[in-house]
Formats: sequence, structure tokens, C-alpha cells
Amino acid sequence: MDFYLAAVIQALCFGPLVIGLFLSMKIFNIPDITTDGSYTLGAVITAVGLSNGYPPLLTLLLAMVGGALAGCCTALIHTWLRIHALLAGILVMTALYSVNLVLMGRSNMPLLDYPDVFNGLGLFDNTDDNTLSVLLLFVIALLLGMGYLLRSDFGIALRATGDSEPMIRAQGVNTTRMKVYGLALSNALVAWSGGLMAQFQGFADINMGIGIVISGLGAVIIGDTLINFLKLRAMLPMLVCVIAGVILFQSMLALALSAGINPNLLKLATALLVLTIVALPRVGGVLQLAKR
Amino acid sequence: MLQLQHITKVFNAGKASQVAAVQDLTLRLEPKSFTVLVGANGSGKSTLLNLIAGSIYPDRGSVLLQGREIQRMPDYRRSRWIGRVFQNPLMGTSASLSILDNFRMAALRRSTKWIKLGTGSAFRSQVAQKVATLGMGLENKLTQPMGTLSGGQRQALTLLMTVMADLDVLLLDEPSAALDPRSAREVMEIANRLIAEDHLTALLVTHNISEAIRYGNRLIQMENGKVIRDYDEPAKRKLDHTAVVSWFDYY
Repeated sequence: MDFYLAAVIQALCFGPLVIGLFLSMKIFNIPDITTDGSYTLGAVITAVGLSNGYPPLLTLLLAMVGGALAGCCTALIHTWLRIHALLAGILVMTALYSVNLVLMGRSNMPLLDYPDVFNGLGLFDNTDDNTLSVLLLFVIALLLGMGYLLRSDFGIALRATGDSEPMIRAQGVNTTRMKVYGLALSNALVAWSGGLMAQFQGFADINMGIGIVISGLGAVIIGDTLINFLKLRAMLPMLVCVIAGVILFQSMLALALSAGINPNLLKLATALLVLTIVALPRVGGVLQLAKR
Repeated sequence: MLQLQHITKVFNAGKASQVAAVQDLTLRLEPKSFTVLVGANGSGKSTLLNLIAGSIYPDRGSVLLQGREIQRMPDYRRSRWIGRVFQNPLMGTSASLSILDNFRMAALRRSTKWIKLGTGSAFRSQVAQKVATLGMGLENKLTQPMGTLSGGQRQALTLLMTVMADLDVLLLDEPSAALDPRSAREVMEIANRLIAEDHLTALLVTHNISEAIRYGNRLIQMENGKVIRDYDEPAKRKLDHTAVVSWFDYY
């Protein structure tokens, strides 16, 4: 398979994940580390579902339900027990490691013998084209669905909860409930990505979620930079920028690998790439100050 | 009608930093009355407003709205009947949402926010009409994020948003304190007009003596968590700036 096509397919698998992270981190202002656990949970539920003969699409829906429950746990720990969202996320993520092991019964499950969603349509003879077309359909549905949701009355209340809690409470909104809905939705999307990735890679692994939040964050930051650069205000174009961000991010990683970087250093390269993306605007600001 | 009966609120109870912010306070706001509340810093004005709005709950006593006890009701539920304009213009609106989206939330204050689009052309023209009454030219900028507006513009819009759905009580928590003199005057004039037009029951907290004299038909002063002066409309009319300033001459 073409190296860069694989990067784009992988980026599209991450599509729901980055939209979920955009929701929790940019719209809700909550650094949600549950992501690392709910991504793996999505893959594990998909793997267990497929191995039990469930249709591939149904396993993805079940994965989303699982992710939503994980998000609910984080939100309830954060809101009811008033524990910082970061710690609540870490606690749930840690607990999910055991949950995932128990669900899968082992640390790795190959899925090559089971059907997947990508060949369900069978539009093309080529597997890559089928995978790409199904993923594009998923991403378009995701963008349209989330674009509509975030523009709706419920979505406006969701966005206002992350921006100004006193204001939206004064407008009759229970912000505790909104945080539960928001984190449940965000983690359902993350788990959807986990399920997609498991079906695309042909296996689920207990460690596949480690550091995924950093990769997702890098993509969200690129997307956010694009949003600011283009001065976008409407929700749908913003979400498109986030998807463009993940494609750019994965392409940069693919470029690093094709340049001969040791695959063992991939996580280090990812961290350095995110650091560069985060630090660049600040370095620019410091240089401008130094010129004065 | 809003009634507060024997309300007491103590912060940091049992600690060295214990403060009795409101002490056995009883107050009654008649329907369609506009009460102005003054008092030195720490006199309990803001605590009183928070107790009415539901941001904090009293240790003792009851809050009755139209005869119904609401002292344990959370703020977001009380907001169906009690509107509030904050001192900080940035708190009453959401900076990242457009003016239109902010108004949509205000229009739905008494209802559930469902997954449906509500900011169509009909709603837009309704908001444009309302915003045009401010005379600030904002009716053509409804898709602009609220965060791009000045403090005065945001506070004026907050006022309009607060009275958009039916209200029993309007709480004004020093709405002009963070504004320049001209914007402050504009915002207070808008508030006064809206209160008169909609026949609202209002409670204004202010440090500005001129505002305290100019607006409202009742003036009360708080000190150490208690109401120490209460002037009805005829008595209030006789007060002048010097007289009210003298209330604060402790030293």
C-alpha cells in the first residue's frame, strides 16, 4: 500500500477521535485523559464483538456506547466529587486498562479472520479504495452530524458551558449535566476511532491507546491554527479544519518515517512534533519582542 | 413577590476567618417595585444577591417567590423566574458564541434546549428588532462573536437577554461598575427603561450614589449583614447626594 495513502487512511480512522478531542479540549476546556483508555476500550469492544460473530458496524456502535460510559464516569467523578478533570480522566484511564484486559481476556487479539466494515460496501475491487471510500463516508457523516449538533439549541448550550458557566446557568442550563453529555459524546467518538483502527489494523492491543491523546492533541492544535488563520466562525468549517489537521499531522509523521527515522522513535517524534506545533507561535512572539 | 425571611449566611463557620455575611435578614420586594440596595464593601449586598439568585444557599431562613420556598433550589432552576445581570460584563454573555446564539439561549431560558436549529431567519429578525432598540447599531452584527464587543455593548445586550423571557425578579449586581461613565449611564438608562416597560420587580446593588438616588422607588442600606435603612418612594425623593454619602461617614 502506498505509504502516504496509509497515512491518510490512518488519519481518517482518527477523525472521530480528533473531533471528540476538539469537543473536550477546545469547546469544553477540559483536558480529558480518559481518551487513552476509551480509545483502547473501543478497539477491545470491537474485537470482542467481532470474535463473537457480531456484524462489524454493530461492534462500532457498541464501542461508542462503551466510550460514552467511560466519559460519563470521568464527568461524574469531576462534577459530583469535585475532583479536577485531569485527575478524574487519569483515574478512569487507569481503571480502563484493567477493564480492557478483562474484556479481551488477553493483551492482544488478532482480527484478520473476521469481516470488517471497510469491505461492506464493496464498491471497488481494490481493498484500499474500499477502505478509503467507507472512511470518507464515515467522516462526512461525522462532520454533518456534529456540525448540526453543535449549531442546534443543545449544541449552543454545550458550547456555552465550556465558555461561560455563569452565563449559561443564568439561562437555565444545568452545567453538570452538560459536562456529562459532552464528555460522554467526546469519548463515544474516541471509542469509535478505536474500533475503526482495530478493524483497519486487523488486531486490538491493550497498549494501542498509550499516547493517543498527544497525537490527537497535535492534530487539534493544527486544526485550531487553521481556524484562527482563516478566521472561521461557523462550526462545520471549523470541524473540517480539525480533520485537515489530523491528515496533516499523520502526513508529517509519515514523512518522518519515510525519511528513515527508526520506528522505535515514533512516539518521541510524535511528542517533538506536537511540541514544535505548540511552541512555534510562542517562539514567533518571543522573536517579535526581541526585535523591538 | 419575593420574600426573604430571617435569612442567615455565615462563611467559614467555626474557623478564625468566620464571617457572618447576612444576619437574620427579612426583606420583602413588592411586585413591580424597583429597589436600590447600597452598602459599604463587606456589608453583605452581594451575598444577599447570591442568596436570591441561588448561587449560594442560606444557613437559616427561607426565600419565597410567589409564596413558594426556593432557598434550596439551584441557580439554574431559579433562573426561570429570576434574571441576573452580573457586575462583570464578561460573565453575562458567552464570548465565543455569536450575539444571535447568546440570544437564542436567553430566549430558551424557561425551556429545554433540544437538538434542533432555532436561529433561523424568523428568530434572527426578532433579535434584530430587539437589539435595534439599543441604538448601538449591533442589529447588523448578529453573527459576530460576543467577545469582539466592548464591555458596555455586552452589558447592554446582557440586559436585553435577561428580560427576553418572562421574569418575576430582575437582579442587577452593580451592572455599571466596570464601565466608563458614558457607557455606565447608557446601560443604567436601558435598565431603567426595560424595568419600566416590562413592569419588572427589580433589585439593583450599587456603590454609585447618583445611581442610587436617580433610579428606583425604594432605597435600602445594608451594614454588617443587616438592613439598617429603608426608604420608600416619598422618603427617597427627599434624599440628596450629600445625605446618602453621609450614611457612609463612619470615621
